[in-house]
Amino acid sequence: MSWLEGEKMFKQASWNEPVILSQGRKGRRGHLLPKADEQVRQAVGDINALIADRMRRKTRPKLPELSEVEVVRHFIRLSQMNYGVDSGFYPLGSCTMKYNPKINESLATLQSFSMLHPYQDESTVQGILEILYKLERWLAELTGTHEVCLQPAAGAHGEFLGTLLMRAYHQLNGESEKRKEVIVPDSAHGTNPASAAMAGFNVVVVQSNEDGCVDLEALKAAVSERTAGLMLTNPNTLGLFEKNIEEVARIIHEEGGLLYYDGANLNPLLGKARPGDMGFDIVHINIHKTFSTPHGGGGPGAGPVGVREELEKFLPVPRVAFDGKLYHLDYDKPQSIGKIRSFYGNTAVLLRAYAYILSLGLEGLKEVAEVSVLNANYLMKKLKGIKGLALPYNSEKPRKHECVFSAKPLRNDTGVTALNVAKRLLDYGLHSPTIYFPLIVEEALMIEPTETFEKEELDRFVDAMQKICEEAYTNPEAVLKAPQNTSIPRLDEVRASHPRTMALSWRMYLKKQEQRQ
Amino acid sequence: MQEIGIKDIEELFSDIPEKFCLKRKLNVPEKGLSEFEVKKHVEALLSKSETCNDMPVFLGAGCWPHYVPAVVKEIVQRSEFLTSYTPYQPETSQGMLQALFEYQSMICEITGMDVANCSMYDWASALGEAARMAARVKGRHEILIPKIISPERAAVLKVYAEPAGISVRQVEFDVEKGQINLEGLRNAVSDKTAAVYIENPSYLGFIETQVDEIGKEAHGHGALFIVGADPTSLGILKPPGDYEADIVIGEAQPLGNSMNFGGPLLGIFACREDMTLIRQMPGRIIGMTKTQDGTKNGFCMALQTREQHIRREKATSNICSNEALCGVASAVYMALLGPEGLRELGETVMYNANYTMHLLSKIDGVKAPLFKSAHFKEFTVSFDETGLSVNDVNQKLLGRRIHGGKDVSREFSEIGQTALYCVTEMHSRGEIESLAAAMEDVLAGR
Repeated sequence: MSWLEGEKMFKQASWNEPVILSQGRKGRRGHLLPKADEQVRQAVGDINALIADRMRRKTRPKLPELSEVEVVRHFIRLSQMNYGVDSGFYPLGSCTMKYNPKINESLATLQSFSMLHPYQDESTVQGILEILYKLERWLAELTGTHEVCLQPAAGAHGEFLGTLLMRAYHQLNGESEKRKEVIVPDSAHGTNPASAAMAGFNVVVVQSNEDGCVDLEALKAAVSERTAGLMLTNPNTLGLFEKNIEEVARIIHEEGGLLYYDGANLNPLLGKARPGDMGFDIVHINIHKTFSTPHGGGGPGAGPVGVREELEKFLPVPRVAFDGKLYHLDYDKPQSIGKIRSFYGNTAVLLRAYAYILSLGLEGLKEVAEVSVLNANYLMKKLKGIKGLALPYNSEKPRKHECVFSAKPLRNDTGVTALNVAKRLLDYGLHSPTIYFPLIVEEALMIEPTETFEKEELDRFVDAMQKICEEAYTNPEAVLKAPQNTSIPRLDEVRASHPRTMALSWRMYLKKQEQRQ
Repeated sequence: MQEIGIKDIEELFSDIPEKFCLKRKLNVPEKGLSEFEVKKHVEALLSKSETCNDMPVFLGAGCWPHYVPAVVKEIVQRSEFLTSYTPYQPETSQGMLQALFEYQSMICEITGMDVANCSMYDWASALGEAARMAARVKGRHEILIPKIISPERAAVLKVYAEPAGISVRQVEFDVEKGQINLEGLRNAVSDKTAAVYIENPSYLGFIETQVDEIGKEAHGHGALFIVGADPTSLGILKPPGDYEADIVIGEAQPLGNSMNFGGPLLGIFACREDMTLIRQMPGRIIGMTKTQDGTKNGFCMALQTREQHIRREKATSNICSNEALCGVASAVYMALLGPEGLRELGETVMYNANYTMHLLSKIDGVKAPLFKSAHFKEFTVSFDETGLSVNDVNQKLLGRRIHGGKDVSREFSEIGQTALYCVTEMHSRGEIESLAAAMEDVLAGR
């Protein structure tokens, strides 16, 4: 375990790179764009004369003035102070940080795709329409839904669409005034209640039972004629498969509600089981999780939504259609809810997912599910013996793609919290798990290894966790002052959000500096 | 498997009820392909398409062809940026956090605002979120928008506004100039109005000049003034911050992001420094702070208590994943251009667009533009007096390998057979002249 000690320990680059707006010198330029042709200028005359005086920009924006190489160096240095899946282990629970195949990047940056305008005549965009159409079909097959809409830009955007579909469905049945409640379990992702609220619903929270699954009695008590639907993640955020899913679906459907599937945790079910078969009416898919597209430091992702047949008519326009010969964009859907964004979706992300499915095939996807589950259970087994960590909720049951440990014993014994453990992991060149989520686990460490890390990498993580817990008992200071090997030590996050010290832009920072003087 | 004591992987799936275990094949390719085969397959499909590289395309209307410098492409493919998650652990994500802070800062500089978030999905959803934010800030439930607005944005706004009980009212335009009808605005605005929204340049390309009057009307009734802007115009046009906008939204795809058949895009969302506004903003905001020992500056996500992972159903928005990497692209682009580059970009675009109008308007029966106002990068071309429909003209142009403007004749009944053309720095004089020549031929029946 020498990599955990001394000079062999990880060290992240630390450039102390100034904010780009404070750099540069007057007159420098990083890029020259084509200029208007002299003949064009002559024919048009002075451009400034065309713009009404009151609409002309009089002061230059305070953008930096830099040479090309200065810009390159600045951002390369910044990139070196960032940690991605390509840097190392990234077990963020529910985020499915798997490897992002490079071939997909080269395909998505092809000019034959990137230079397509969304309003081009259909005859000139048949290739990309075919890709989108087939991707819709494949995603529908994999989720057991009837039709898939590719428009949502992210998982939460898909949830927003899903809850809008619930609304449209109940509206058509004349029940939208009555059905004002969406039920979410207490283990749900924060986006679920936020999405339901955005679509105008009141949120009702149901408790999980001691197995960590939906408590059927609590659910029955919560369901009523006011219920619009239930939003459920399966496997749930503890990594447990909701074994009573059939009963859950029956309870919701009998009351006239719809069952919504949060696709954040679809990875372990690929090719093994389908939400549609379990009774889910609406399913969203996180392309940037399950289908290997990169997260880009927060996006862009894509969050397609699949629905059962009865709900298809409400999907946003346009729908990609195929008449046996040609592909079309069909806007003629009178019952559609409308649009939730411009154009057709994050197509550059969707194209990568198409290539991913093509690369793996159903057999490969099934293997993805199996290995991701195997890895999670391996980690669970290995971490279970570590002093200071507890495995709440049914510790004997196999997990699916992730497992959630609690650092509560560690905190009680040593004062070292889940946050401290997370920060110390960074010191060892590993990313931390998701922490303090799900909310039903105190001092939660939510660990999702995915299928794309080798056994050796998993073992390194186990070694690091073992070492950190030991440190907590023997030398807690080492953990409490972590991280020391990252670009920067712990930050004052309160200061970042306090009205007096808050600096949300460079100009706001300068203004605050001035006021202080 | 040995370590965890199982013999068959299926043992780990034993908790899935038997009836839900998939036994049959699916209509998905059974076997995977090699990397080379995947590459060939996708390239072959895409080669069926014709892009803006293969023919001059005069389309804009929400997604615009602008040159993406090689540096931008290089930086956003840096895998430390590309393959990272939302920077939940700031100490190991300073690079992304600083890049996004710089994006926010430069958006503030060009729009004249004080605070920007690190991205929305696109302009349209930014408009939806802005309307909801205005309703929360003002406790009012009506938003006024111009009648001349992208139908895509209007549709998205409606979907975002309706569940929040916000009604959207359209303000008429001056038929001759396209500008907002001030009298109509005065009649519509009231103490029920949460916000007045305008776009500048407008969807149909002209520059709205009555910004001071419109802002005054909004503020006079205690409403917010929201402006949607094309950032490529802000090197030469007055920034909305200078005409008292409270919230600025827009589309930053043109700043360093390819069109990609319409996605991803990059929604701008910025506001004034006013805590009642800032606390109601949607989306991720990166702030500059100090290390706990006070020795160094650093960056982290700020004001997270507005967000879904903390506030859940009381969050200002449900947005989580956004368009961060597109924001980095735009940061690199703005840094490369600098103030002079942004001004030149605006000038070139406006020269080229106005040169195109100049040539097209010489053609018999063609009106370009339809409105008597200054136009920036897009403009209307009316074929009403030619007897041909936009579709006729476009199909014939396509036969000559030129892609005409967007058919907007069904979008506004008042404007007849009209197309919306877009010209940027990527259109050469030669391409513009070949468009004019081809259109002249087509209309002359040649």
